[in-house]
Amino acid sequence: MNDQIRLRARGVTKRYPGVVALDGVDLDVRSGEVHALVGENGAGKSTLVRILGGVHPPDRGQLTLDGADYTPATPQDALRAGIRVVHQELSALPNLTVAENLFLDGLPNRAGVVSYRELNRAAREMLDLVGLDVLPTTKMERLSLAQTQLVEIARALSSEAKVVVFDEPTATLTVPEKRRLLQLIADLRARGVAVIYISHHLEEIFEICDRATVLRNGETIGTRGIADLTTADLVRMMVGQALVDDHPFPDDVDPGAVVLEVDQLEVADTGSAVSFVVREGEVVGMAGLVGAGRTETVRAIFGADQSRGGTVSVRGRRVHLRSPKDAVRGGISLATEDRKQQGLVLQMGCDVNISLANIDAVSRRGFLRRRAERQRTADVAKQMRVKVGSIGTPVGTLSGGNQQKVVLGRWLFRDSDVLIVDEPTRGIDVGARHEIYGLLANLARRKKAIVMVSSDLGELIGMCHRILVFSRGQIVADIPREQFDQELILTHAYSGYLGTEGGEAALVAAGSSETSNRKRNRQSS
Amino acid sequence: MTTASVQRDFAQPTPLGTKVLRWVLGETGIGIALLVLIAIFWISAPSFATPQNIANIQTQITLNTILAAGMTFVILVAGIDLSVGSVLALSAMVAGLVITSGLPDPIAITAAIATAVLVGLGCGFVNGFVSVRWMVPSFIVTLGMLNIARGAALQTTNAAAVFGFPASFNAFGTATFLGVPAVFLVALAVIVVGHLVLTRTVFGRMLFAIGNNEESVRLAGHRTSYYKVAAFCISGALAGLAAIIYMTRLHTSSPIIGQGFELNAIAAVIIGGTSLFGGKGSLIGTFLGACLLGVLTNGLLLLGVGDFARQMVTGAVIVFAVIIDYYRDKASTRLAMGLVK
Repeated sequence: MNDQIRLRARGVTKRYPGVVALDGVDLDVRSGEVHALVGENGAGKSTLVRILGGVHPPDRGQLTLDGADYTPATPQDALRAGIRVVHQELSALPNLTVAENLFLDGLPNRAGVVSYRELNRAAREMLDLVGLDVLPTTKMERLSLAQTQLVEIARALSSEAKVVVFDEPTATLTVPEKRRLLQLIADLRARGVAVIYISHHLEEIFEICDRATVLRNGETIGTRGIADLTTADLVRMMVGQALVDDHPFPDDVDPGAVVLEVDQLEVADTGSAVSFVVREGEVVGMAGLVGAGRTETVRAIFGADQSRGGTVSVRGRRVHLRSPKDAVRGGISLATEDRKQQGLVLQMGCDVNISLANIDAVSRRGFLRRRAERQRTADVAKQMRVKVGSIGTPVGTLSGGNQQKVVLGRWLFRDSDVLIVDEPTRGIDVGARHEIYGLLANLARRKKAIVMVSSDLGELIGMCHRILVFSRGQIVADIPREQFDQELILTHAYSGYLGTEGGEAALVAAGSSETSNRKRNRQSS
Repeated sequence: MTTASVQRDFAQPTPLGTKVLRWVLGETGIGIALLVLIAIFWISAPSFATPQNIANIQTQITLNTILAAGMTFVILVAGIDLSVGSVLALSAMVAGLVITSGLPDPIAITAAIATAVLVGLGCGFVNGFVSVRWMVPSFIVTLGMLNIARGAALQTTNAAAVFGFPASFNAFGTATFLGVPAVFLVALAVIVVGHLVLTRTVFGRMLFAIGNNEESVRLAGHRTSYYKVAAFCISGALAGLAAIIYMTRLHTSSPIIGQGFELNAIAAVIIGGTSLFGGKGSLIGTFLGACLLGVLTNGLLLLGVGDFARQMVTGAVIVFAVIIDYYRDKASTRLAMGLVK
């Protein structure tokens, strides 16, 4: 291994409206090493990858590649400079063949006419390299998610790459495919390529990486040689000493009668059945890694996605799960993870957005009572401390924090028994974040049952009576407040992904890739 | 104005100044264009501003106004209805057969109106249901319906026209009320009622919200498919109503009428400032759009501009309207941003 620095990042900073995604990140990657990039969800890994891949420019900071300034303006620039990214989200074109996808950047041609014989021959070689046994002329859409992932990997290896970034490459792979990939990465290292490896699977990191850089809240915590680290060290670096006491935990509330009861609900997207209860005045957290099935589960409870069996009841009354309409009528609210796509009608006013789930309260016999609507939604907005000039202002012009307050205001106005919030503080600045915590605590005092999905462990620990830990679609732990401990929670969160050797694990992996495939198909339709 | 707005009480309606500005940028943008056009023709064509010609224009734009009104509902939920011309023909044929079936006049007329509207409503329902249930783009479903309804219209009488309507029915086509053609008053009534539905009812609110972000509306606990199907039903039913108007004007039902009407209707909607992507627009705008197209056609005719050149001008106006819309959008976004600060 040589010690030459291939890629160097100094003080890289990236702000999005309302959040600092990266705050002065440093990173050195040597040629001929596999460098792990680890951190909790939202630590800034994906943002850093996007900057390296030329998707977004950094606000500040410097990147150098082999000692020269590296300032990619577009993903094409990054490719030309020799930086390849194997993305978590797949970017293949489903209606083209495997071979065409592999050579999208430069199809072999003579005077503009594609030479398919040459194309398919070259593609065959690349597919053999990653051990993918499909015809180069197969349409991309016929491949499974794991196979698509392998094509993506083959594409990254196709040209002379200087740096290859793998963002969660094994999430969909079965054990033999994963073995093959790790072998390929070892080959890249031997050829002097710098590899950046991002994975939730810590055992993979210990297996193939040389060094690891830990990110937390957009900052570099440190870079260590893998040989000097234990799993516990790594987890501790990722978690840090979170501030627990600045969350207004509703400790004056003693959970009362059961409000929400989920019994053996089989979530179609994860293929797992979950059961739990939430009581009056109780805040129950859902922790887990990205893709562990938390969002899928709450969406199934809300009827937004399909479930295959099991029941959900509110105060003993069964709620049908055909559509969100049933759930809302049954007393369940869901503030979705994605405010802009699934929460708000951005072009319309705060009043319209707040009254949307309870339009009956501001209408009579089908006619809107505009004055009453404006008055009542303005009261809600005031209570939520939404900062806006006029209640009719389109919510698209508000900051992220204010938008989230509008979403919560909608459900406050609906006054359901159960409030589920999915990542309620994602992308929101500190001040608004605390206002939202305060609001949730008040709702608990008003005897609501609250479910809080969050990737911010500090926030869950500060706010919840209990935390349910998800791993691979299952609830693997139900931890009461007295036993809250970040390392304990993280250990449970990783538990479903550890020890994935053997046939059983392969089956699970195959199953999960199948469900993800279905999900992808649905999204594309 | 912006600083004052911050001080204002939260629940107050938008101040007048902002309203006027929005009005100018919005519907009245097209209103001003319409006035300019009228002024030009008034000066250059002596016969343009005569009462007779004004009544002519009103009669000429009646059909398009009614069809465009229905089209507005569909386009607001990001759909399109290409079938209105054919549905008009089918409704006219069925209504024509009913009205000439030998029933006493008042009953025959009432039954004909009801059938025309119901046939249109049925076609609209099929359009909406198929497009929502199987997620077929409405462009394709209504293109299919364009052919199906046309074929069905021809099938009813084996392509023959139907005539011999009651005299009182035919008289409505040329009747006037205070100098205004009665058929135009029907179109006005459609616009007024439709405008109230869009701006004052829960139904109208939902159409706008769905057009902007259907998933949000669904996740707020509403059955969005119901509203979308209803929008297509309205478009179909209004095509049926337009068929009756057509019959009173021509005193006959022919299966080949209404060809290309859908494109004029879409043009009026677009010129009126309704977004093809849904969620933005108004029936007042649509009405002004229909007026503008009507005035343009009529005025150019009076000026002796040939049929072919007239078509070219109309086409250019449609494209121009969309370009104006682009700038109008940008301006109103800036306006909204200014209000926050």
